[in-house]
Parts: sequence; C-alpha cells; structure tokens
Amino acid sequence: MAQATKQLSRRSYFFWATVFFLGIFSLMALLYFATRKVDYVWRWYRVPQYFYYKDKVEVRSQIEGQVEKIVAGQKANVVVVTGPDGSEEYQIPGKDIRVGEGDYIYPGDILGVHQKWKVGILLQGLWLTLKVSLISIIFGILIGLIVGLARISANPALKWSAITYIELIRGSPLLVQIFIWYFVLGTVINTLLAKNGMAQLPPLWFGVASLAVFAGAYVAEIVRAGIQSIHRGQMEAARSLGMTYPQAMRHVILPQAFRRILPPLAGQFISLIKDSSLLGIIAIRELTKATREVVTTSLQPFELWFVCALLYLVLTFGLSMFVQYLERRTVVS
Amino acid sequence: MIKVENVSKTFYAPHEVHALQNVSCQVDKGEVVVIIGPSGSGKSTLLRCLNRLEHADSGHIYIDGIDILDRKTNINTVRAEVGMVFQSFNLFPHKTVFENVTLAQQVVRKRGRAEAEKKAMTLLEKVGIPDKAGVYPDQLSGGQQQRVAIARALAMDPKVMLFDEPTSALDPEMIGEVLDVMKALAKEGMTMVVVTHEMGFAREVADRVIFMDDGTIVEVGTPEHFFKNPTHKRTQLFLNQIL
Repeated sequence: MAQATKQLSRRSYFFWATVFFLGIFSLMALLYFATRKVDYVWRWYRVPQYFYYKDKVEVRSQIEGQVEKIVAGQKANVVVVTGPDGSEEYQIPGKDIRVGEGDYIYPGDILGVHQKWKVGILLQGLWLTLKVSLISIIFGILIGLIVGLARISANPALKWSAITYIELIRGSPLLVQIFIWYFVLGTVINTLLAKNGMAQLPPLWFGVASLAVFAGAYVAEIVRAGIQSIHRGQMEAARSLGMTYPQAMRHVILPQAFRRILPPLAGQFISLIKDSSLLGIIAIRELTKATREVVTTSLQPFELWFVCALLYLVLTFGLSMFVQYLERRTVVS
Repeated sequence: MIKVENVSKTFYAPHEVHALQNVSCQVDKGEVVVIIGPSGSGKSTLLRCLNRLEHADSGHIYIDGIDILDRKTNINTVRAEVGMVFQSFNLFPHKTVFENVTLAQQVVRKRGRAEAEKKAMTLLEKVGIPDKAGVYPDQLSGGQQQRVAIARALAMDPKVMLFDEPTSALDPEMIGEVLDVMKALAKEGMTMVVVTHEMGFAREVADRVIFMDDGTIVEVGTPEHFFKNPTHKRTQLFLNQIL
C-alpha cells in the first residue's frame, strides 16, 4: 500500500497519542463538571438493575386447608397443603417459609417468599432491537435481491415497478413510512382480519415490514450496482457456454457481486439497526423506547442515554465485525 | 456447418455504425477460417453474431442447419455446441481453474461430478497445465489463462470453436503457447473461425482467409492466394501495412 502520510518519529508519535487521550479525557471531565454545575448527581449504581434485578416472588396457596408437612427437598422446600378438595404441593426455594406444619390457611395466604433474578427492561429492549433488526435484515436482503434483479431486467413491467418502488421509498422519510405502515395499512389489515374473525397482527409485524421494505430499496440499489460492476465479459463467457441467464447469474455473476456489495451492505444494515430506534413511536418497546421508560422512572437520564448509545454501539460494532469476518472468508487468493 | 446469409448489423450507441452490411459466407465442417481486417472492420461483430452475443438485425445465420436468428430457436442449446474464446479470457475469477472447466459441464450438460472432472483433467493436460488445476485464474500468466479458457470451451464438446483475437491481450512471449494449442486443435479436425492479427497463424493453419473492411467481406481465398497475390487494392494496402 502506498504510504501517503509522512512517517512520524517515535517521540512525536507518542506525544500526539498522548494529546489524543488527553483530549478525550478533558472532554469527559468538561462534561462531568458542567453537569455538576447544573446540580446533576451521577448515580451509575442505579443502572445495573435495569439489566438484571432480583425480584421477590411470593408463593401463595391456591386452596383452603391445612399444612400437612414441610419437606426439605434438594432444590426447594416442598409445602404440602391438604384441604377438603384435595392436596397441593408448593415449591419454595430458600429458607423464607412463612407457615408451619399444622397451620390452617386460606386461598391467597403467603406460604413463603423467595428471590429470583429477572431480566431488566433495558436488556429486554436490547433483545427486541436485535430481533427486529435481524428479521428486517433478512427480509431486506430478500427484497433487495429480487428488486435489484428486476431493476436491471429488460422487461418494462419489472424494471419500472422496481424503479417506482425504489424512488418512492428513498424519497420519503422513514418516520412517515412507519406511520403509514402502522396507522394506514395496519388499520386496514387489522380491521379486515377482525371482520373475518381472525386474530390481530401485533405492531411488531408492521415495524419489521416498514424497516425491511425501507432497507430493501437501498439494498436493491446496492445489488444493482454490484451486478453492474462485474465486467460484461463474465456474462458473455457464461452465456457463450450455453448457460441460461438465471444460471449465469447464480453461478457466475452473483457470487462475484456478493463480495463487492458486502461493505456497502454492512453500512446499510448498521443504519437499519439505528433506524429501528424509530419503532418506539408505534408502541414497540425496543431499546430506545425502553430507555425512555426507564428514564421516566429512574430520573437518571444522563447515565441511561449514554448506556443506550453504548448498547447500540455494541450491536453495530458486532455486525461490522461479522461482516469483516465474512469478507475475509469470501476473498479468495 | 456455418452459413451466413445477408447479415447486417448497425450499432446506434454511442453513434451510428454500420458494423456489418449484407455479409454472406460459409464455413464447412473441419475447416479453419481466419478473418482478418483493420480494426473497426466488423470482423469481431461477425464472429459474435455467430453465437448471437450480438443479435444481427437482418439476414440468416445457420449453425449446423439451425437458424439462430429464428425466434423459436433455443439459443442456449446452440451455444453449448459453439465454443468461444475471448480476447480478455473472461475466466471466472471466483472459481479455480478446475472449477472453471467443470462448471458449464455440470450446469449445462448435466454431467456428473466425476465425469466432468475426468473431462476437465484430460483437457487441462491437453492444453499443457494440469499442475495448475487448483489455483485461481489471477495467479496464472495471460498465456496460461487463455489456454484454460480454451479448455473451458472444449469441455462442452463443441462442434465449432470461435476465437475472438485470442492472442491480442497477451505478452509477445506467450502468444506462441496459445497458438500451439490452436494449431493442435486444427490438426484434430476442429471447425474453427478465428479473428486474429497473427498472419503467421493464418498462413500456416488456415484453409481459407476472409478479409473484411468497413462491414463487408472484401476478399476470400486460400492463404497462398492471399499473401502472394491478393486481388483487391484494399487487401494489398492492408497487407503492405502489416507485413
């Protein structure tokens, strides 16, 4: 590779590296002291509970009767309640048992309390963002591939449909498209379903549809550019051997195009992950919506919004690492 | 084997060019025909019309009795019988040399893997590079790539081979190895149509030479006739310039 930049001496290299870290550090310090000036109290210790928290579980009796016996099991204590209508067994892990043998109890009485780790709202939101993004990426690729091929087709019905789709989608804001999917198409579809006595589609479906259709338009253009970047001699060679157009596409053109479109495709999907933050407005509790809810209960917006940004960074960075790995694997020789 | 009747072809982009004007010619079975002419004379266009990589505007082209300009003709079955070798090789860069030669056999001829691989190995030996089977095309020299391209075309057991300036993109020291493969092929009785600037090859191997200029066939004849006493002024001028 050509060395475009001047080689720094060892000493000045370390000097400028120090300048970089000092710059980062002073920016953070500046932010910190600025927030202190407006009397903001940083409470990072409050953040972990929104990832994982211990929840109190109360085990209550379902029936009326007498506690027949309490047996210490391997994993939990078993409380056996026998009443006029039969016998029930209740598992209570831990030591906190609130009844004794022979006690007479009524339905709803607390037999014991134990604690359980539960997934917090932020982690749930992260998972939903991941799920929505992954499904949208898969459908986005499918749509993009089909539309991209239609876009370079000689058939005007296919070609013009592809152009119309691409221009419509790329020419309007994603936020508006999400509203159209949910409030227009969603209302129509769910009303029609209800009239036919079928179950409603949850907002998640419309969210995924809007993202997939949005990404599909961009993927289509990437696919088109990728295919057209392959030298036409490749198609001619494949066709001259007697391959049909689809065979030539499948065995010769697309495998080569795939390698070239991976980097722009990765960029597109990183955008898609970030765009999924808009889905909160149609009641999908993805990461951003989850953060907003946590902020309103915890009153620690500064920490939480930074955490939210960091979690998106984890997702996008993970994706770009995966694509880099794919690139390295597909580059032959 | 090949019969061309009154074929015309005009390109409109980027500007109007009458590439072929009422061209008629014929190639018999087992014959080696070399097409020569200045650049832009339509010789490559004529060759590319023979397997419909270019669609002629009018006229008829018969390959083994089948009119390939007929709408009802399945061009893919005809192309499987007509091998083509390109100036820029056009090997598939994402496949190994071996896969380049087996791919169309399996996809088009529906041969089994073992059969296709056996055929590929035989052909790679024939063109002199069996040891390069596992490498990718960009690790080969131009001459080796072109020989792989010839093997790839031969793998389909074609009845005719078309060569579109097969040595024009090669370094001078590699031209010989490709021409040797082509000469061997001619000796075996393969029907060949060759567009080339290699006059030595034309003189030595060709049964007939076609001279084209300005989209028309100016002169057709044996190599002796051609290089000793060409009839047309245009032919004489061309030969004087290049010989």
